[in-house]
Amino acid sequence: MTAATPVSYLPLGLAAPASEPDGLSAPFWNGLNEGRLVVQRCDCGTWQFGPEWLCHQCHRFDPPWCEVSPRGRIFSWERVWHPSHPCLVGHGPYLVVLVELPQAGNVRMLGNLLGDPMQQVVFGAQVEGVFERHEDAGRGYTLLQWRLAA
Amino acid sequence: MSVRTLRGRVAIIGIGETAYYKHGRSPDAEFKMALKAVLAACADAGLDPRTIDGFASYSNDRNDPSRMAAALGIRQLRSATMQWGGGGGGCCAAVANGAAAIASGLAECVVVYRALAQGEYGRFGQAGAATTVSGDMAYQAPYGVLAPPQKFALKVARYMDEHGIRPEAQQAIAMASYHHAQANPRAVMHGKPLDAATYKAARWIAEPFRLFDCCMENDGAAAVIMVAAERAKNCPNKPAYILGAASGSGYRTGAPAHNAPEYASASYRTVAADLYRMAGIGPSDVGVVQCYENFTGGVVMALAEHGFYRPEQANEFLTFDNLIAPSGKLPLNTSGGNLAECYVHGFELILEAVRQVRGTSTSQAPRGDVALVVGGPMVTPVSNLLLGSESML
Repeated sequence: MTAATPVSYLPLGLAAPASEPDGLSAPFWNGLNEGRLVVQRCDCGTWQFGPEWLCHQCHRFDPPWCEVSPRGRIFSWERVWHPSHPCLVGHGPYLVVLVELPQAGNVRMLGNLLGDPMQQVVFGAQVEGVFERHEDAGRGYTLLQWRLAA
Repeated sequence: MSVRTLRGRVAIIGIGETAYYKHGRSPDAEFKMALKAVLAACADAGLDPRTIDGFASYSNDRNDPSRMAAALGIRQLRSATMQWGGGGGGCCAAVANGAAAIASGLAECVVVYRALAQGEYGRFGQAGAATTVSGDMAYQAPYGVLAPPQKFALKVARYMDEHGIRPEAQQAIAMASYHHAQANPRAVMHGKPLDAATYKAARWIAEPFRLFDCCMENDGAAAVIMVAAERAKNCPNKPAYILGAASGSGYRTGAPAHNAPEYASASYRTVAADLYRMAGIGPSDVGVVQCYENFTGGVVMALAEHGFYRPEQANEFLTFDNLIAPSGKLPLNTSGGNLAECYVHGFELILEAVRQVRGTSTSQAPRGDVALVVGGPMVTPVSNLLLGSESML
């Protein structure tokens, strides 16, 4: 995260992510705000995302959070054209990627693929995370976006 | 030894629906539409609506059974079941839950229904106006994954890549639905045929879905009436017996934020196996299929998971000629389905399967007496249903 001025891939106006009232995902969103990607890794070695109260493998509660490097590969992707929100009307196509993280048990997470929305996207391409800071929606939050690895 | 099964124990004796509308065009409130569909199904069954004692629905249908029972003047309410899960994944499970109530003695006469006024309550294709989002959508909505097309295109794109599925497979499914809708005066797209050039020229919604790969947004309601098999014989219309039903999904299909282990899937692997086991038949016995088209790509996966072809054979199997009644190898969505008849969350597909068993479809399949319904690909839980005529028992 180097940009001093927040730059958003998508137009402003989409709903801002927030932890549930019970706080389940708070460590994840707080981590992004600090420029760190954290996911759950149970003491039994099981990786888990999105967060859960319980390890699905060994049934220990409250699996600990573990910082992982925001690198991965494109598991699936789509180019979205139809605006399903008023703020997207007239914006044009955008790219969504589902990224799997081999260093974290192949957990997957969604993001946008930065750059030309008409670029050719390749399954399996290596990507690296970009922390996208938002100050809209009244209070700050951070999204994790992706760009092709250098 | 008692065998735990629904096979042959319950029959659908009445079907009814409202007129079908584009979203926002229904002159009636959603609740009124639900009542109209129930009364139409009772009239078709030759049954006094007051004898209904069970209600079953799915996808958080807003039309509460107690309110329905009061409105209809029902003498005694017994069973009221709601299948969990969103989308149309529960359209067959709702029938199964109602049938299970009858088979187990919890109810005598069950109506299964779905009423959906997207004009009155908001369109499925548009995100809400919330300024913050939590839970599973928090990992999606801020990235523009807002509505079903964006959620499911990712699964289909991966599947098409894994198995080399060509866009023409999706096209054949869309064109078969539109073809059948031209014979069906109930269909919203009746009188609006779709040709290949129009399909190919249509705008993208979310690649790999073009406009005609996506279901409509509609106002409509539909209902079926069920009783125990032994009570079904004297009804005015030929009963459609339940041969099998199943619902659910495999290991961790509901893992959050697109983390299902078997991701590029319509979620039927376990559910299709259960269905055929209960029915005691296999895919080659099926004469006609109604398969929920949220998106054509979901149908590609769902039919493979029901054993009609291997994924690698999808391109050769899924041709327009193979999918149309009466001549096709596997007539598909013979009313026009969610793409071209009406999107009643797939419940219109159940009614069409009953018509096939009766032999009264506007696009009748030659072997319509074994009719498969597949509900809501790619969600969890999903469900499916096999209906058959008396000769199949």
